[in-house]
Amino acid sequence: MNAKKKRRLAFAAALVAVGAVLAVLIRYGLGQNIMYFHSPADVAAGGVSEGVAFRLGGLVEKGSVTHGAGAEVKFRVTDGKGSVPAEFVGVLPALFRENQGVVATGAMDAHGTFIAAEVLAKHDEKYMPPEVVAALKKSGRWKEGAE
Amino acid sequence: MTGELGQLALCFALALSLVMAVAGLIGTRTEANTARRVATSSALGFLVFIVLSFAALTYAFITSDFSVALVAGHSHTLKPLVYKISGVWGNHEGSMLLWVLVLALYAGMVALLQRGGERLTSGALGVQGLLAAAFILFILFTSNPFLRLDPAPFEGAGLTPLLQDPGLAMHPPMLYAGYVGLSASFSYAAAALLVGEAGWARAARPFMLIAWIALTCGIALGSWWAYYELGWGGFWGWDPVENASLMPWLIATALLHSALATEKSGAFRTWSLLLAIAGFSMSLIGTFLVRSGVLSSVHAFASDPARGFFIMVLIALAIGGALALFAWRAPTLQGGAAFEPASRETALLLNNVFLVAACACVFAGTLYPLILDALNGTKITVGPPYYAITFAPIFFALLLLVPFGPQLGWKRGDLKAVWHSLYPALGLAAIAAIAVLAIVAPRTIAATGAFAVAAWLIGASIIDVRKRKGARASAFAAALAHAGLGITLMGVAGTTAWRSEAITVAAPGQSFTVGPYTLRFDGVSRVKGPNYIADRAHIAVMDGGKPGAVLQPEHRLYPAEGQDMSDTAIRTTGLRDLYLALGDERGDGRFALRAYVSPLAPLIWIGGLIMALGGMLSLWGRLRAPAREPAAPPVAQAAE
Repeated sequence: MNAKKKRRLAFAAALVAVGAVLAVLIRYGLGQNIMYFHSPADVAAGGVSEGVAFRLGGLVEKGSVTHGAGAEVKFRVTDGKGSVPAEFVGVLPALFRENQGVVATGAMDAHGTFIAAEVLAKHDEKYMPPEVVAALKKSGRWKEGAE
Repeated sequence: MTGELGQLALCFALALSLVMAVAGLIGTRTEANTARRVATSSALGFLVFIVLSFAALTYAFITSDFSVALVAGHSHTLKPLVYKISGVWGNHEGSMLLWVLVLALYAGMVALLQRGGERLTSGALGVQGLLAAAFILFILFTSNPFLRLDPAPFEGAGLTPLLQDPGLAMHPPMLYAGYVGLSASFSYAAAALLVGEAGWARAARPFMLIAWIALTCGIALGSWWAYYELGWGGFWGWDPVENASLMPWLIATALLHSALATEKSGAFRTWSLLLAIAGFSMSLIGTFLVRSGVLSSVHAFASDPARGFFIMVLIALAIGGALALFAWRAPTLQGGAAFEPASRETALLLNNVFLVAACACVFAGTLYPLILDALNGTKITVGPPYYAITFAPIFFALLLLVPFGPQLGWKRGDLKAVWHSLYPALGLAAIAAIAVLAIVAPRTIAATGAFAVAAWLIGASIIDVRKRKGARASAFAAALAHAGLGITLMGVAGTTAWRSEAITVAAPGQSFTVGPYTLRFDGVSRVKGPNYIADRAHIAVMDGGKPGAVLQPEHRLYPAEGQDMSDTAIRTTGLRDLYLALGDERGDGRFALRAYVSPLAPLIWIGGLIMALGGMLSLWGRLRAPAREPAAPPVAQAAE
């Protein structure tokens, strides 16, 4: 084996090693840190364990928003099939409205209430988070062009 | 009439881009100059017609010509002029026309500068012409911005208020200058494969630099906008759309470094070609992710499946074609030159390994949710913790190694001497770490490490500058860019570790504290803007019991668009931001308020600006130097 071939072989071996380490790192990272999306119907069906972080999406139920004394807010997220009570402490996004699409990240507590860490509303009246659209379509609440 | 003129100009541009493609590719094979001359002049003609077409659309927006469907859908007579203009690219069709305009500008520059051999330039123009034709076809068939409305509505629908912002008016053109700028390197690389010319790295360098500078500025601008506009005080959310701009930047950075080695010492010949292809591929994938509507974000304009499909085919052809060309021609090219383990080449190799690995992490995190959704409809998101354990350590390792690169000689360097010369930087890093641990609470390992690394980077840059005293100004470009990286790192670490936050619901007259500040909420008044109505809060910064500066965050309603949004108020000392956002009303004149104190936040964008300045310095040196390889082989010299 001449020097050039040796160098190439070493280079290829190093490349494979780097690739393997990277693949393991990415696999491990993805295994630990993904967050699932669930609709209120999924939650109602008992598909979500307590304390596991996920994203909840649907419509803010009409007449469900109540404010506490401080910065806390209670509301319900619905997709027509299920309705999940949610609590949030903080400032709601400007586009947070009753009967409008919302996506929140957080987890269920022991009493079946969704404790939201972050609430995202849609960006404008034409836009609806695709997960919410899919969830509403699934539950039959979606009307094409009725936004 | 202007709408039809714009469309006609676009059709002429299509014809000229096809001429440019055919003539340019023929020009790589012929002895006579005719084809190459045709390619050059058609590139300039193509540019002229695209400018005309873009001007026609801009005119329609400025004059609020609502008989053009796009204007009716995205503009409004009451909008300030600057947002009428930025409205041109604040939608899918217009932004694609902007994309082609930038492509034409780069083609024009390639044609005018004539860098590299004439066959190489001709080939680059040919490939640029192919890309242009494909994108113009995409516009004409799926996204025509000049379609008419009959009857024309009396008033337009307006532009999303989020986009009515000076930072965001500039963000897309800047980012596109970067995205599409990588097409020039791509075209040169493809031409180099066709022609077999090794001088492409030098020829394409200014275009790589321009693209990189624009990407750096575009990302910084986008991050700054997110910070002051979105109201949650964050500067980077690992959102797929942000990732779509970061990936080309990572590859462009790798390309800048590897192409330097290719040019100066002949190393990594094939690798640089591959990176040039990968860089533009990332731009295309970014465009697809952002524009096709597969992602949920403000950026997703197109929800028409035909468009997504067209872009996907386009990407597959461009990337697949380039990679096939690479597989076919690369083995016939001369291999890379050899180098010792302790050399600048090794440093650049490591730089590339880390940058590409970092990009792979971002790529996996961005695409995994899409793949999973396509496979079985499971909807997931990959959050910041993923990037904290994959991207962060890789990038950190890269930063540790940065100071060695510029100090090592080409082919064979003296690692020991370099190590000795870097001692002062090491000392500075130790001082920074101790200072952070001693002075600032809370103590975190991440912040301490980040400040040590930042000091290490900045210290090494100072050492580099001192070593090169008397050299050409462009020799300091690398030092400047690397120091900018250190400054950005300090900003990121500072805000992440030491930010204080207060969320409160306050009645008028009520005080609250955030970090070292005491603030008094003095109520809300109603004000009228040019095209919005706002609730403007008055919040006084208390200074020893007396009200000092007043901050006025707003909550705006845009009646034309039927949307509302918040406008933050930020007071900065340059080293610390006091950040206020007005939330929703909670009855009895009480409002939700969000306040942050973000230490060192401005450094994030100042660092980005310094990096871009480094790039500009290098570009300036490049444009003054001759475009062709000098007769004498370059000896080990200062990096640019």
